[in-house]
Amino acid sequence: MYTIISSVFLAENIKKIEIEAPRIAKKRKAGQFVMIRVGQTGERVPLTIAGSDPEKGTITIIVQGMGKSTRELNSKEAGDTISDIVGPLGTPSHIEKFGTAVSIGGGVGTAIAYPTAVALKEGGNYVITINGARSKDLVILEEEMKAVSDEAYITTDDGSYGFHGFVTQKLQQLIDSGKKIDYVLAIGPIPMMRAIAEVTRPYNIKTMVSLNPIMVDGTGMCGGCRVTIGNEIKFACVDGPEFDAHLVDFKNLTDRNKLYLPEEKQSAETFAHQCNLNKLG
Amino acid sequence: MPPVSRGAPVNIKIDQFIKLIAEGDFTGAARKIKEDNVLPAICGRVCPQEDQCEKECVVGRKNKPVAIGNLERFAADYERESGSVELPKVQPATGKKIAVIGSGPAGLSCANDLIQLGHAVTVFEALHELGGVLMYGIPEFRLPKSIVQGELEGLKKLGVNFVTNTVAGRTVTIDELLKDEDFDAIFIGVGAGLPWFMGIPGENLLGVYSANEFLTRVNLMKSYQFPDNDTPVFNCKGKNVAVFGGGNTAMDAVRTAKRLGAEHAYIVYRRSEAEMPARKEEIHHAKEEGIEFLLLMNPLEFIGNEQQWLTGAKCLKMELGEPDESGRRKPVPIKDSEFILPIDMAIISIGNGSNPLINQTTPDIAVSKRDTIVVDINTMATSKENVYAGGDIVTGGATVILAMGAGRTAAKAIHEKLTA
Ligand SMILES: Cc1cc2nc3c(=O)[nH]c(=O)nc-3n(C[C@H](O)[C@H](O)[C@H](O)COP(=O)(O)OP(=O)(O)OC[C@H]3O[C@@H](n4cnc5c(N)ncnc54)[C@H](O)[C@@H]3O)c2cc1C
Ligand SMILES: Cc1cc2nc3c(=O)[nH]c(=O)nc-3n(C[C@H](O)[C@H](O)[C@H](O)COP(=O)(O)OP(=O)(O)OC[C@H]3O[C@@H](n4cnc5c(N)ncnc54)[C@H](O)[C@@H]3O)c2cc1C
Ligand code: SF4
Ligand code: SF4
Ligand code: FES
Ligand SMILES: [Mg+2]
Repeated sequence: MYTIISSVFLAENIKKIEIEAPRIAKKRKAGQFVMIRVGQTGERVPLTIAGSDPEKGTITIIVQGMGKSTRELNSKEAGDTISDIVGPLGTPSHIEKFGTAVSIGGGVGTAIAYPTAVALKEGGNYVITINGARSKDLVILEEEMKAVSDEAYITTDDGSYGFHGFVTQKLQQLIDSGKKIDYVLAIGPIPMMRAIAEVTRPYNIKTMVSLNPIMVDGTGMCGGCRVTIGNEIKFACVDGPEFDAHLVDFKNLTDRNKLYLPEEKQSAETFAHQCNLNKLG
Repeated sequence: MPPVSRGAPVNIKIDQFIKLIAEGDFTGAARKIKEDNVLPAICGRVCPQEDQCEKECVVGRKNKPVAIGNLERFAADYERESGSVELPKVQPATGKKIAVIGSGPAGLSCANDLIQLGHAVTVFEALHELGGVLMYGIPEFRLPKSIVQGELEGLKKLGVNFVTNTVAGRTVTIDELLKDEDFDAIFIGVGAGLPWFMGIPGENLLGVYSANEFLTRVNLMKSYQFPDNDTPVFNCKGKNVAVFGGGNTAMDAVRTAKRLGAEHAYIVYRRSEAEMPARKEEIHHAKEEGIEFLLLMNPLEFIGNEQQWLTGAKCLKMELGEPDESGRRKPVPIKDSEFILPIDMAIISIGNGSNPLINQTTPDIAVSKRDTIVVDINTMATSKENVYAGGDIVTGGATVILAMGAGRTAAKAIHEKLTA
């Protein structure tokens, strides 16, 4: 059993959760994730480590309620426990002094990009961050991102805050302004990452994306997380999750992520039903 | 040593325990077995006895060999069910600390011997559940999980400290265990956990699984109880499922698919039945349960529909050619014999490589070209001081009893080194 130290909403349906995990807190590097099993009958779900406090022995994750597992996790409060947490898993982000590095986050992807943005800054880069959300109230980590950025931009799809438009448009604007960009990291929904890859491809800008295939063990044992990278099969949980955006077969990833849609829907409905019953009681 | 004991990798006193059974002292028989084998209820069920103990049985030279495995299983079950299990005596504490990495049969048998010799033993396991392949690979119908749990309880009572959710090489490295956490020696028993794929087109289609993933979802994550357990798995009901491979893992996967309701459950194997590495008994069970064997058949490509769901496997028929130098007849393709086997799910079961996590973070442990850890087979010592290894991580996918034997050999060597 692992204890939740704090759990607060950052935006509707997005929570920041601090969990006791001393070994992971000591070891984790930017770009790594944990596998969490909320309860004894739970599934194992991957979540990026957004931050850690090695002294206190805690790590932070930022979770968007999607289906049963993430919503159940987000229903926990400080003092509650979860059954299992294991990590840090995955290959850490490759950090070097690239020059000008742009970190792009879409939605909850901003939380996943944040630790790597911090590492890029510590690595001596000129860091530009672009964080996109559907609308103003879904913007997360604005202050944190500003603190690590030499330039920070926010985009909203509906124009309710910051730049009106998509993160791709903002990136294109930066490129068109003549800025020399040496490195791009993009994390968010698959269509967004795919679109960013197409923006940078003509300019040959090194672009990395963090892939989110369905995982089971997270240690390289099952092969369920395999993704196609330049015609080669890779296991995202050990070889990734970050890969060269220009080599990723995004279509295959999109298709494979639909493997359990009916089951996921059934789980979510059963969970919502139980929750409503609890509320009546 | 009586002839039979030679075939059993952990040197069980087979003649003595069988004599005790014949005398009606079943508990005594179980204790005699346990002097050498920590997990008799498990070995009695899953050992390939026909290739091990029973092969050496003298009765077997003229008649059917004595059913050693079944007798072993009987004695162990009797002892457990009659509640007469007695904890072995533990030697006085030596003050030495040993870390065992991995809780499969290799790690468990090593931990068992070391704790009895008076050492403090901590077992680190990557998954949330203990037992290795015994829990996540071999299905309930062949090895009830309550038996594995029973054996684990015994080890806990002896004082073994189990720590789950800890991946050596990620959560903590071998060097950190030795230096920062003051372990005097380490035994690595992490198994062969990296599933191989065939490298043919279409392997990333929806509905193509590795046997590891399929069995892990079903056994470890209990997806046969979906939605009461949250982990889903491909719904086999009324579907055509093909398992590619001919080993024990393939038999477990295909029988599991059939039990989950598959209409047709096939074994697709490129050689003939004689070459199948699975136990004869398992092949026999599979046939009894209606598994269809498609032998001498080689998959070339997986085919899918618009939505990328698997619809079939393009296969080539083979025939046995002339014997080669080793006398084995190699399968050769039959010209123009390509056809499409309509299937909804494919399970690849052609073996496992080694997980690189420990090797990558501990470069001074020597590994072979196949990434298995290199050891001195007399002591299981690796090239790194005070670090030992055994089981599938050394041999590649092998057997429960071989892994246990390796764990014992290492325990003995560690004890001798630490108390010298
Ligand atoms: C390396 C990695 C890091 C991630 N980091 C974060 C993070 O920091 N914050 C965050 O909110 N989300 C993160 N995710 C996504 C998160 O794991 C999924 O949203 C979650 O598993 C959905 O589970 P569910 O039961 O709530 O929803 P479901 O309704 O079951 O699934 C919703 C969608 O999530 C995906 N999914 C389902 N099961 C799994 C699984 N076992 N593993 C991976 N994906 C799955 C599928 O695409 C599915 O359609 C990350 C994913 C990966 C692979
Ligand atoms: C489906 C299936 C059926 C089989 N049937 C039979 C049979 O009938 N008879 C037979 O004799 N053999 C059978 N085998 C083979 C047998 O199970 C193995 O040879 C045996 O389990 C090997 O034992 P082990 O202890 O070396 O490894 P494993 O049993 O694989 O255990 C290794 C453990 O280490 C853990 N681990 C891995 N990496 C790390 C890490 N970095 N840090 C911490 N922990 C880690 C794993 O999670 C696992 O729990 C079968 C195998 C399978 C897969
Ligand atoms: S059912 Fe209740 S607890 Fe569950 S997600 Fe909805 S509001 Fe939250
Ligand atoms: S442990 Fe296995 S091989 Fe050895 S005697 Fe028992 S059944 Fe036979
Ligand atoms: S999640 Fe199982 S190998 Fe990556
Ligand atoms: Mg889910």
